[in-house]
Amino acid sequence: MRLSGWGNYPVIDAQPLWCHDTGGLKQSLRETDGMIARGNGRSYGDSALYDRFVPMRRFDRFSGFDENTGLLVCDAGVLLSDIIESFLPRGWFLGVTPGTRLITVGGAIASDVHGKNHHVAGCFSETVAWIDLLTADGNIIRTGPDNDPDLFFATCGGMGLTGIIRQAAFYLKKVPSSVIDQAIVKTRNLEETFAAFEQNAEAPYSVAWIDCLQTGGRLGRALLMTGDFSDDGGPLVYHEKKIIDVPVNLPAFTLNSFSVRAFNALYYNMAPNGTSQKRVDVDSFFYPLDAVGNWNRIYGKRGFVQYQFILPKTSSFSGLEKILDEIARHRQGSFLAVLKLHGPENQCPLSFPLEGYSLALDFKLTPGLFSFLNRLDAVMLDHGGRTYLTKDARVNRDTFEKGYERLESFRAVRDRVDPGHVFRSLQSERLGL
Amino acid sequence: MSNKWLLVLGAGSDMAQAVARQFAKNGWSMHLASRNTENLEAESANLAVRFGVEARSHFFDALDLASHASFYKQLDPAPEGVVLAFGTMDGDVETVINTNFTGAANILEIIADDFETRQTGFIVGISSVAGDRGRQSNYRYGSAKAGLTAFLSGLRHRLFSSGVPVLTVKPGFTATKMTEGMDLPERLTAKPDDVGEAVFRRVKKSRGGTLYVKPVWRYIMLIIIHLPDFIFNRTKL
Repeated sequence: MRLSGWGNYPVIDAQPLWCHDTGGLKQSLRETDGMIARGNGRSYGDSALYDRFVPMRRFDRFSGFDENTGLLVCDAGVLLSDIIESFLPRGWFLGVTPGTRLITVGGAIASDVHGKNHHVAGCFSETVAWIDLLTADGNIIRTGPDNDPDLFFATCGGMGLTGIIRQAAFYLKKVPSSVIDQAIVKTRNLEETFAAFEQNAEAPYSVAWIDCLQTGGRLGRALLMTGDFSDDGGPLVYHEKKIIDVPVNLPAFTLNSFSVRAFNALYYNMAPNGTSQKRVDVDSFFYPLDAVGNWNRIYGKRGFVQYQFILPKTSSFSGLEKILDEIARHRQGSFLAVLKLHGPENQCPLSFPLEGYSLALDFKLTPGLFSFLNRLDAVMLDHGGRTYLTKDARVNRDTFEKGYERLESFRAVRDRVDPGHVFRSLQSERLGL
Repeated sequence: MSNKWLLVLGAGSDMAQAVARQFAKNGWSMHLASRNTENLEAESANLAVRFGVEARSHFFDALDLASHASFYKQLDPAPEGVVLAFGTMDGDVETVINTNFTGAANILEIIADDFETRQTGFIVGISSVAGDRGRQSNYRYGSAKAGLTAFLSGLRHRLFSSGVPVLTVKPGFTATKMTEGMDLPERLTAKPDDVGEAVFRRVKKSRGGTLYVKPVWRYIMLIIIHLPDFIFNRTKL
């Protein structure tokens, strides 16, 4: 069957290895010399692509919940949206959630996802107590921060290359209501945007949408969104929001520098000046894009790539200034340009965040795009940055390796638990992971 | 939340699981029954953790007709509704007919007697479009499902005056373990969750009748049924 990541690039022909239980997984493992586990297919590039893949959505059971500690035990194929649907009405929410709820628990671990609260809560792995990992030798190992920690930290953020995550236990957090008190700060340039992040360092959740087509005095103008769960007696309810669906790939000309520019200007100008307050629900605050089914189709059938990088705090300002300027000058604007100030890096060698600013941008696939992105890579590397594997479909090996100083410790663990590299993806082959 | 119990027969199938989850999501407690109780234990735990309902697993063998009455009698609390979802395409003629038809008819008769006496309940039977016309590709399975469809229609007639709705479900192509690896056309293929939702909606309205999960299947089968033999016999269906 035809298979691709969320960015619809690259597309390959791949064969699913259907498994219904642990026995089935073990059998596939015995019969196959190369495979990758695949969750809900929401990583953007080639992380979950290989000739043979194991569809993990079938493993979708919850098996235990401790009301006192919030520890949830469930299969790797459970969707975050299923967790929210069941537990938000009972007063629990994910400790860490990315910008889509349509990913699996296994994917959240393998990508060590982060969210708007990274600066205070870290990555998803920091909520995980243990993982049941099916390794290349056919055994299931329960690994955690105190139980073969090297394997645990390599598995979190390890892109499925240490084994198949069968089950995991992780902590949910108690929330007083399902209502978010949101504040939006409108800034006029990058300096103000950085200042706004610093001023809101205490806010539990924060992220900025940045107008990436502005230059000069308006470069880096943004809307910084902060918020927290309201504790003034709001309700605990959850109704999954789905507003519209993009039924087919849109024609390639739909997104061009004019429409993107217009959208960005409109979006920015719709927000009131200064700071504005609003009460919103969980879906609007955390998952605005999930309201549009198949939104990846707006980029047309040739697909798109998401470019996400992070720069250490000390070099963030000058690096972003240069990169935003490049983007605006080349009119390679993106609907989604998301800026976020992260907290310190964790112990997982392939985990993306480090203390500094990350920027995520979507680019429709066009001729010349990759050489443009290579130029951005050079600026990014000059400023000590790295790119995010979960979003990536095209970075070159050298750029990747320079960004991840602890790569050798990851490779050592992988070689120990999977010397034959049975677990592999197009990405791992491309990057020599 | 209501404290009603649903009995799901053949609860290990993807479709049964989807129907059970839909009911559990709406507060129903669950008697799950099938031959593979190990799998059911895991699913019972899932329903309990995920939806906060009670769920119990029971051993049930459709082919062991003699055990049906005592199996049904020991269910406590007694179910307010039944979903019959077991079936098999594999095996010799005897296994296919006895599982899909004889076993189903036998347990449904016991349940119908009980619901008639109690003047309450509903019955959902998962049948198949394969029963609408025998085709070379699956006529053993199809004929047993044709029998089940007729049986359910008779039960519907009989139980109408008792206020017990009987729903015959014909899912059409559905993406389940049974059809894995088959190249099914996306537009004609339902997901198990679609079946679960469609069944729950009908039951909630206390409506029986026949449910084609994807309405297009009603018309596809209408055409297939009315193809004259001289054309039909030359097809590969």
